Amino acid sequence: MSGVLVTTTINGDAVQFACPEEETLLDALRDRVGLLGVKEGCGTGDCGACSITLDGRLVCSCLVLAAEAEGREVTTVEGLVEGGKLHPLQENFISHAALQCGICTPGFLVAAKSLLDRNPDPTETEIRYALAGNLCRCTGYDKIVRAVQSAAKEMRAAKPA
Amino acid sequence: MKHDNSYTGQDFKVIGTRVKRPDGIDKVTGRARYGADASLPGQLVGRILRSPHAHARIKSIDISKAEALQGVKAVVTADDMPVPQGLPGDLAHMLENSMARGRALYDGHAVAAVAAIDAKTARKALQLIEVDYEPLPHVTDVDAAMQPDAPVIHDWIYTSGVDPKPEKPSNVVQRTEFGLGDIDAGFAEADVVVERSYKTEATHQGYIEPHACLANIRPDGSGELWVTTQGPFVYRNVCAQMLGMDIAKLKVTSSEIGGGFGGKTHVWGEPVALALSRKANRPVKLVMTRDEVFRASGPTSSTSMDIKLGATRDGKLVAARAEMRYGNGAFPGIWGMLSCMTSFACYEIANCKAIGYDVVLNRPKVAAYRAPSAPMAAFGVESAMDELAAAISMDPVEFRLKNASREGGQSHYGPVWGPIGIRATLEAVRDHPHMKAPLGPNQGRGMACGFWFNIGGQTCSDLNVGIDGTVTLTVGTVDVGGSRASLGLIAAEELGIAYEQVSVNIGDTGSLGHNDMTEGSRGTFSSGMAAIFAARNTIEVLRERAAKMWGIPVEDVTWEAGQAVAKGSAHGNLKPLTLKDIAAKSPKTGGPIAGHNEVVADGAGVSFASHICDIEVDPETGATKVLRYTVVQDAGKAIHPDYVEGQFQGGAAQGIGWALNEEYIYGKDGRLQNPGFLDYRMPVCSDLPFIDTKILEIPNPGHPYGVRGVGETSIVPPLAAIGNALSNAVGVRMHHVPMSPPRILKALREAEREAC
Amino acid sequence: MRYESPTTTSEAATLLAGESGEAFVLAGGTDLLVRMKNMMVEPELVVDVKRIPTMRSIEITDDGGFRIGAAVPGVEVGEHEALGRAWPGIVEAAGLIGSDQIQGRCTIVGNVCNASPAADTTPALIAADAQVEIIGPKGQRTIPVAKVATGPGQTSLTKGELVEAILLPPRPANSGDAYLRFTPRTEMDIAVVGAAVSLTLKDGVVSKARVALGAVAPTAIEVEPAAAAIVGSKLDDGALDALVKACRAACKPIDDRRGTIEYRTEVAGVLAKRAALIAFERAGGIQ
Repeated sequence: MSGVLVTTTINGDAVQFACPEEETLLDALRDRVGLLGVKEGCGTGDCGACSITLDGRLVCSCLVLAAEAEGREVTTVEGLVEGGKLHPLQENFISHAALQCGICTPGFLVAAKSLLDRNPDPTETEIRYALAGNLCRCTGYDKIVRAVQSAAKEMRAAKPA
Repeated sequence: MKHDNSYTGQDFKVIGTRVKRPDGIDKVTGRARYGADASLPGQLVGRILRSPHAHARIKSIDISKAEALQGVKAVVTADDMPVPQGLPGDLAHMLENSMARGRALYDGHAVAAVAAIDAKTARKALQLIEVDYEPLPHVTDVDAAMQPDAPVIHDWIYTSGVDPKPEKPSNVVQRTEFGLGDIDAGFAEADVVVERSYKTEATHQGYIEPHACLANIRPDGSGELWVTTQGPFVYRNVCAQMLGMDIAKLKVTSSEIGGGFGGKTHVWGEPVALALSRKANRPVKLVMTRDEVFRASGPTSSTSMDIKLGATRDGKLVAARAEMRYGNGAFPGIWGMLSCMTSFACYEIANCKAIGYDVVLNRPKVAAYRAPSAPMAAFGVESAMDELAAAISMDPVEFRLKNASREGGQSHYGPVWGPIGIRATLEAVRDHPHMKAPLGPNQGRGMACGFWFNIGGQTCSDLNVGIDGTVTLTVGTVDVGGSRASLGLIAAEELGIAYEQVSVNIGDTGSLGHNDMTEGSRGTFSSGMAAIFAARNTIEVLRERAAKMWGIPVEDVTWEAGQAVAKGSAHGNLKPLTLKDIAAKSPKTGGPIAGHNEVVADGAGVSFASHICDIEVDPETGATKVLRYTVVQDAGKAIHPDYVEGQFQGGAAQGIGWALNEEYIYGKDGRLQNPGFLDYRMPVCSDLPFIDTKILEIPNPGHPYGVRGVGETSIVPPLAAIGNALSNAVGVRMHHVPMSPPRILKALREAEREAC
Repeated sequence: MRYESPTTTSEAATLLAGESGEAFVLAGGTDLLVRMKNMMVEPELVVDVKRIPTMRSIEITDDGGFRIGAAVPGVEVGEHEALGRAWPGIVEAAGLIGSDQIQGRCTIVGNVCNASPAADTTPALIAADAQVEIIGPKGQRTIPVAKVATGPGQTSLTKGELVEAILLPPRPANSGDAYLRFTPRTEMDIAVVGAAVSLTLKDGVVSKARVALGAVAPTAIEVEPAAAAIVGSKLDDGALDALVKACRAACKPIDDRRGTIEYRTEVAGVLAKRAALIAFERAGGIQ
């Protein structure tokens, strides 16, 4: 059986795994690396539940071949906790009740972090468009947008320009 | 409106506060385990082969090549899932829905399944299964299916509820009727009558987590099932019966559930996974693709309706008639019947008749979706209500208020109303600042009302006190959207302790007695009730233990603010004993301290909502934009207001999606054209505004805290609220949902032509 | 399936030419991986071009135009300031392909080569008179974007050929372009109709124009009569009406799950008019 050996950095750790060539990064992260926080909602890039960053760019891991991760840097929701502390987005999602079932939450957090890394002070409209690639069926997005606004404010206060 | 404390006789300490949910950390860190997140040693990958035909006879299935493929451990067809003797009819239908038996009844119907060592092998095996189909005539439209020349899907369906009983089979399962008075006399009394026909397309619940399970049947015939479900106990009963197992020999554990909305009350691939595991003698993980979710699970009815309303010039609704035809998919359901029961509930109409037809189609078997059947009926009735109000030049809110159902009144579907919130929600809408906000060109405002019964049902819970005085509440209703927090608040309230001292655990089928599904908005209502009674039973034990510790009669011990207090002058010097004090001594005072409760939670309170919507229409493209949205709903009592608001907002968003863009689109070949999130257009974040909420609290006398279900009603009004807003924005009345841009533009052009 | 990630275009072309089974170029992968997931294709070979440096950059060419490498993701197109100033319509069209997640991967060339009639960038590129640079076993050739797609999912590329880059011409002063599409949702959707207009003004009057439509025919189409209708005008009502009529006359759409013939035809005119007005304003025009 053929296959590829992939050497990559995931959430700051050097990781190596072998997989079939056609395997997606989503499947490899879940089934070979054990990062089950990366969720599959559609497998076709339409729901954002599998969002990760690849070399700092937000992508759907279902639309990336695992082999493409060779030598690159991957960040998943599991990489948001730093020094045992929840990221302000994670804190605010809980305190604003921005999750109901929670299946879309990892993808939203990764996408929201990607937004705030680029734009620390987004408008409501910017937040809504930046998160448009993430489907949520429970919340109507109201509390998600509020949680992102609140996290952005806290992060700005913590890091004066 | 403030909570009526005189009614419950208590001031709440923690109920109504916005505490953090206990499962939040796992869900924001990716640690929460959902349906696809479990593994067992030696597990196989299951995959299902599905029919590409809307209706076809399965002449033969050759599985030999698939079985011969290296790495394939089992291939099953209906032959491996025989119907056990005495299996009730509805379960037999569900079993056949899980695996076709001689005929494929819809595009996506399972015809065979494989279990293999990996996904790649399973995929290859599916391609090696040879199915010889003989296509049969199909019907996917509900009106077409009722025609005399329609292909008859099942030769055993003879319409019930009609007189005389039909002599020939048809696609019409049943006719049901509910009502009051004499509608002919009622319409004779009316000054103005509005009569309209409506159609609504089928929608999907759209949960982001596909169906997923991990089945493990052991060689001795016992087994376990890890599954994303709204009801592990029901899944256990259903799966065990379908597979001819003893109920006690199947343990079902519900994973975290990534959305259900009714769609996970129903088994789909689970019996197949169990059959694969049984045949392969290995654990089997089966996860649906999104394509399978759309083609084979969950959808709602597609409907066709005729609504007729009559009123006097002074605004009294005097007569109403509704005839509603609901598609059931490939097997019989009760969806048309539910439409009858919900249709006129908001109003007091002396003469009304609601007639429902349940009709089978070559579509997937319909499953419940949040207030099932009510949104479509409300679209018809609430659209016609606005037209009738306009016809008698009355404000639509005033017209509804004048005719709103009231306490003590007779509902059209049976019960006499207790204290209900329809009037209060309408008054709140009338007085809401949203109703007075200015509107620009091509913008319009609409409102509509909605009703849902809510249910109670069988519930069982356990409350255990640890020796450090912390409390574990175990419930059997799945947490679909924050109910752990609400139930933790309830246990804390009853025991008089801090919320942080309570852990809430969702039990598997091995740890509690039977619990019905988390459906019908019953989770917090029913498990909350069982939690209250389990806590009160625990307090009895705590009083006994305190009495024993003090050596005084238990009658002299009361429970106040989380501690045992000795009453009476003889015990004046006894320092109160906290839960912690009593728990610490429990090994020596009689062992573990626990409370337990089994209940059939009767007394669920009906709930009403009124919504306001502002919409803008682009008259050149038919594009719509929801500008502002307000939900007013009666919660009875909001245990955790954040999650009550969340239910209101989520239901409204689903209703907005249904109203504007979501629909199952079938081709002439009877195949689903849009089985994916790209072309089944659920609202994305940039499609919606903030959704304002107003929680009313009109206590439900059937619950110790006054709780009503809150989960469902909010999906009922949006279809009509948007239709009414659209009509007010650009002057066209939409009769077909979804009100998609092509339909709106067509209506605008037709209106222009008529005006010429 | 074999996965290869060459570092030069000639290596890539050799790999593709040498494969006897189904072979695909992987740039963004946002269509290819979906088709693999749905089992619509089962490639023998996938050639990832993202490690080819010349395909990963946006360059200003000697004549003052732009060369956009085939593996440049949408997000980088959107971040390129000079490109955004010169060709805002193309940048907007590229930005409409999917969510931020898709933008992190999708490429303009992939959009063109998938040959979907509804591709967002294709009408904008046709309006811009863009070319594609193709490399293959017989060397390099350059063709107009409009000549790439020959029908839904079909291209004029021959075996072993791949597109290296998009070439945009230099932009004269007083030029503007715009692309608009109609989708029922605000994001995450496929164009029901798309319309692109590129124009140049002389003395405030349209001197040159190109108009292209998407999703109204088997491929994106250039509508020359529509362009002719606005040349010589300041987009007065008469010129715009003629543009709308010409666009509608050019439509040969189908009924499908995304829209009807009637709807697409009507909206094509509306969007072309709106796009023309935006392009005119960008060119500094005053009506």
